[in-house]
Amino acid sequence: MTSVSPATERLSSQAAERQPAQDDAGRAGAPARGWVSDSVLSVLAGSSWLLFAFITLHWPDLNDWGRGSEFSHAAILFGAALILAAGLGAVSERGAARLRRSTPWLLALGLFFSLWQAATAKFGLLPQPFFPPPHAILEVFLDDYPKLVESVIASIKLELFGFSLGACAGFVVGVLLGWSRGFGYWAHPIMRFIGPLPSIAWLPIAFFAFPSSWSASIFLIALTTGFPVAVLTWSGVASVNSAYYDVARTLGASPAFLVFKVAIPAALPQVFVGLFMGLGASFAVLVTAEMMGVKAGLGFYLQWAQGWASYANMYAALIVMSVMCSSMITLLFKARDRVLSYKKAEVQW
Amino acid sequence: MVRAARAALDPGGPGSEITLRDVSHRFDLDGAPLPVLDHIDLHVARGEFVALLGPSGCGKSTLLRLVAGLEKPSSGEIFADGAPIAGPHPSRVVVFQDPTLFPWRHVFDNVALGLEAQGLLKSRRGRVDQTLRLVGLDNFAKAFPHQLSGGMSQRVALARALVNDPAVLILDEPLGKLDSLTRMTMQGEIVNLWRRAGFTVLLVTHDIEEALLMATRLIVLSDRPAMVKADIRVDKPYPRHRGDPDLVSRRREILGLLGLEASW
Repeated sequence: MTSVSPATERLSSQAAERQPAQDDAGRAGAPARGWVSDSVLSVLAGSSWLLFAFITLHWPDLNDWGRGSEFSHAAILFGAALILAAGLGAVSERGAARLRRSTPWLLALGLFFSLWQAATAKFGLLPQPFFPPPHAILEVFLDDYPKLVESVIASIKLELFGFSLGACAGFVVGVLLGWSRGFGYWAHPIMRFIGPLPSIAWLPIAFFAFPSSWSASIFLIALTTGFPVAVLTWSGVASVNSAYYDVARTLGASPAFLVFKVAIPAALPQVFVGLFMGLGASFAVLVTAEMMGVKAGLGFYLQWAQGWASYANMYAALIVMSVMCSSMITLLFKARDRVLSYKKAEVQW
Repeated sequence: MVRAARAALDPGGPGSEITLRDVSHRFDLDGAPLPVLDHIDLHVARGEFVALLGPSGCGKSTLLRLVAGLEKPSSGEIFADGAPIAGPHPSRVVVFQDPTLFPWRHVFDNVALGLEAQGLLKSRRGRVDQTLRLVGLDNFAKAFPHQLSGGMSQRVALARALVNDPAVLILDEPLGKLDSLTRMTMQGEIVNLWRRAGFTVLLVTHDIEEALLMATRLIVLSDRPAMVKADIRVDKPYPRHRGDPDLVSRRREILGLLGLEASW
């Protein structure tokens, strides 16, 4: 269990090493190019989307998938806008700079969609129905959005409840472990025994031990989150520079002051590492719990779509899930940057 | 205990007198006792500026920790104004060799730490600004410690101590890690602060010149376990000058006591 601490240090040292690879804006920037090649790239990116629209509209599908024309019209508008934007540099320097960053990606995406469209709907190179064309996925978003929205809300609710509960419990346990020898005597062996167990292993027991599969899932997500948070909070509190305590004690600090104003603030960077680990691990439990028992959420949606062999729905759910998880991690990064504003940001998400 | 608290709170003057009576201290190194201080008797008068000199690792800093109340002596007793020292108290504040500022607090909040811990911050906020002005850092109240230079950080640490109006200021090589120019400036500043406020100062340093420039009294300690080897009064007026022939000859005398006459 103590091995977690060096692992975290490695994590943050890797983060520090990665920093120089980023430019001033903090994100990986597009390579510098001249004005003319910027415009050419913009025109190319626009053309790739027109190409996609052309393939979709003027080449009969092998099968019956909806929303091809809507997607194509949107692609035409988008492609035309990109081509027009080639001249943007003359009008707005700022807008052009912003666009310049994304044109390589927009070109790549246009080509990717064209290839995808050709390989699925037109040539049938990829086995059906496992690889639906892009407009089939769009169809899911347009036609089935009420159910998708409902699923996302259910997932977010479950995740937030479980994560908050686990994070709070893990934090409290971690602080107590780091602070109180008596608590550590009893809690440490229990942590060592239960902590490393994958929470999913509890699933069959949890589903009958708890009154509902929903509360069982909350428990599992909380357990998954709580363990890394507890271990890292503990190691954070335990490794606080003892000189901080000396300083505070000579200035008249009470034990409560030492815990809340010295130990906890000093341990917060470690606590956040634990929160990140817990959040990442909790996604896996969330989806599994939804697939296995909870009758709501994106995991359930995935399961349900598989039952109907509607693969387009599954891809749509995967996309939504990815956006959801990524947003939660973004939020946690934002919270960390706010709370630890006294430090220089280490990694931009 | 009550008497101790009352005595510490009401020293009857700006400084405290500190008495060490037959103080010995041991560390426990894997079951083997390591004696650090050996029967030290020392009386520091109210408002005195005492410098402790001694070979590296002889127990000077341990002695300071005992006076600060951060540790209890293995045997013997330490009194502040006649009352035994039972634990740390904001009337005896330590400035360590490292500034040990809390990196998550602004300079202002670092200086306010003691008042906050004692629940006095609301009534004495102005005192924080005043102390920051005193150390010349009033423009840096909203800066974070990582934005400060070494000398500035140590000034903040000094302000963090002074804001509590200590009766005893305990300085554990506070200038040890600073560059020589900053160091000379701060030597003068600390002396001025002491002369103005009149608290008692205990300074540990490895720099004989620094001790001679700043202190009214030098205690030379022996190798570990430390005993008092010499007790030297320096009755020179301030500001003192590095080249003063009397100070130079005393420096040589002390080097001799430390067994370093060859380096002269």
